[in-house]
Amino acid sequence: MNTDYQIGYDLILNEVPAGSRVLDLGCGDGALLERLQNLKKVKGFGVEISEEGVSKCVEKGLYCYQGDIDDGLSDFKQNIYDFIILNQTLQSTKRPDYVLKEIMRICRTAIISFPNFGHCKTRFQILFRGTMPKNSLLPYEWFESPNIHHLTINDFEDHCEKNRFAVKKEMHFSLKKDGSSRIINFMPNMMAEYGLFVLDGEKFSAEKNIR
Amino acid sequence: MMTTENIGPGLIEDSVGLVEPGYYTFAEPPGDLPLRCGKKIGPVTIAFETYGSLNEKKNNAVLITHALSGTAHAAGYHSIHDRYPGWWDLYIGPGKPFDTNRYFIICSNVIGGCNGSTGPSSKNPVTGRPYGLDFPMITIEDMVRAQWHLIKHLGIEKLLAVAGGSMGGMQALKWTIIYPDMVNSVVAIATSASLSAQGIALNEVGRQAIMNDPNWSGGDYYTSKPPDAGLSLARMIGHITYLSDKHMHEKFGRQFMDSDPSEYDFKTSFMVETYLHQQGIKFVDRFDANSYLYITRAIDFFDLKKDFNGNLINAFENVSANFLVISFTSDWLYPSSQSREIVHALRVNEKNVIYTDIETDRGHDAFLIENPALKKNITNFLMREFEKISSQ
Repeated sequence: MNTDYQIGYDLILNEVPAGSRVLDLGCGDGALLERLQNLKKVKGFGVEISEEGVSKCVEKGLYCYQGDIDDGLSDFKQNIYDFIILNQTLQSTKRPDYVLKEIMRICRTAIISFPNFGHCKTRFQILFRGTMPKNSLLPYEWFESPNIHHLTINDFEDHCEKNRFAVKKEMHFSLKKDGSSRIINFMPNMMAEYGLFVLDGEKFSAEKNIR
Repeated sequence: MMTTENIGPGLIEDSVGLVEPGYYTFAEPPGDLPLRCGKKIGPVTIAFETYGSLNEKKNNAVLITHALSGTAHAAGYHSIHDRYPGWWDLYIGPGKPFDTNRYFIICSNVIGGCNGSTGPSSKNPVTGRPYGLDFPMITIEDMVRAQWHLIKHLGIEKLLAVAGGSMGGMQALKWTIIYPDMVNSVVAIATSASLSAQGIALNEVGRQAIMNDPNWSGGDYYTSKPPDAGLSLARMIGHITYLSDKHMHEKFGRQFMDSDPSEYDFKTSFMVETYLHQQGIKFVDRFDANSYLYITRAIDFFDLKKDFNGNLINAFENVSANFLVISFTSDWLYPSSQSREIVHALRVNEKNVIYTDIETDRGHDAFLIENPALKKNITNFLMREFEKISSQ
């Protein structure tokens, strides 16, 4: 279950208009969906891999199904969700490229946020200590980490370009002491702990249909 | 109909206590109940029990639908001498998932059954003798249509939930499709949109066991010796399918009843054999062989896809219920993949659906025994669904 459950919540909450249809992929215990539902009156759905996470969602009155997002989202129709949120989950998917394409197909707007492997803390750890980074962003030992596809903000930008994902907005951030987000505009690939991209799924599907 | 004054010392505290079955008869001449097979039947009696009380808004009613061998007696005790409570007593009662302090719980015996509802062992009004094989073929849909009459009779316009496991889950799904406006939510456990070929095969072996018992006599055995050997064999086969290999291994292994038998012979000696024999013997006392044939056939023929041109997605297009779909990891009779198929179809239709695959080695029958995860999910789901309709 995703334990990084507060990261980027404030930014995501700002980004989602009231009343939207939202799918949270890797929703964990449903904390973000619950807030979106309470504060933004969204129609929210979740996908979560763990039985425990689903059970917590049920407790919150959320509709969530137990499944592996790597198995695909092929049963969803095009642009069916106003928003798809993939918060701190991309790096632990087995097939991130496939998952991203599926997301872009079924949403109007995607919000993708992930720990930035290019952050200076991480770079220095590898450079000076020569060990796999273990820090607040990446709190696991190398042998137990669920994060199997590390990426940087630059990597993701390249990926968007190659795959013709139109980027609506980039809001890379670090966490303040109280857990809220501070946007980093200066050299984000080095200075921002987390990358956050808002992508245009509608445009992606429209172009794909033409091609 | 629930009385709690006379609870004997043997009855546990969180039980609904002593209960009495009710009987509702409808489709009396000149009326009848048209069946899916094209035939009609009447009059029809449905045995049912209720626990808890219907609130003023009449929005707290939950219909429990039973599986192959179930009855209307889902909770509580019929007498202070009863050794065992109703079949889902672990889940129905004060403070339990189907909380009788909050909800009005209804459970009825299916049409075609043999525990108070009209079935092959009931008297055929035309001949004055038990129907036997003159009883028309019934389907899951017919069971649901008969339940509809009962629900209307009880003055309920919309059910808070329909909940059931296995064949009970099939009925619950069917409810949402044929009466979409009458079902707020569904708890569908260890069920399927259609039984697998393997499941049909096993049902057929059970039926053949009954039909090949000389006492069966073409289903006309009500004045002679019933086909106990055949029915008990059918039950033994069924019981194998309700458990998992792992659980059987852990429960029985290769242990013998006594110490190692000194002789090699065919006398029952393995524990697992004795267990199955006991299950078979217990069953013939309470079940009618013809009902077993009719109900297993209804399960075989149930096919939500076929009803909608081979497309399960179309089946759920017009349902309005919210779903809690649950499967068990070790269930090989109604495997998780079949629950996922239902969930998939619901998702494509943008329905509100919760799905969870509960880790257990107890096989298909896991829903009938103590299971904390199942209890928790049902409790929370019902509570939230009730909150949602109450705030509307």
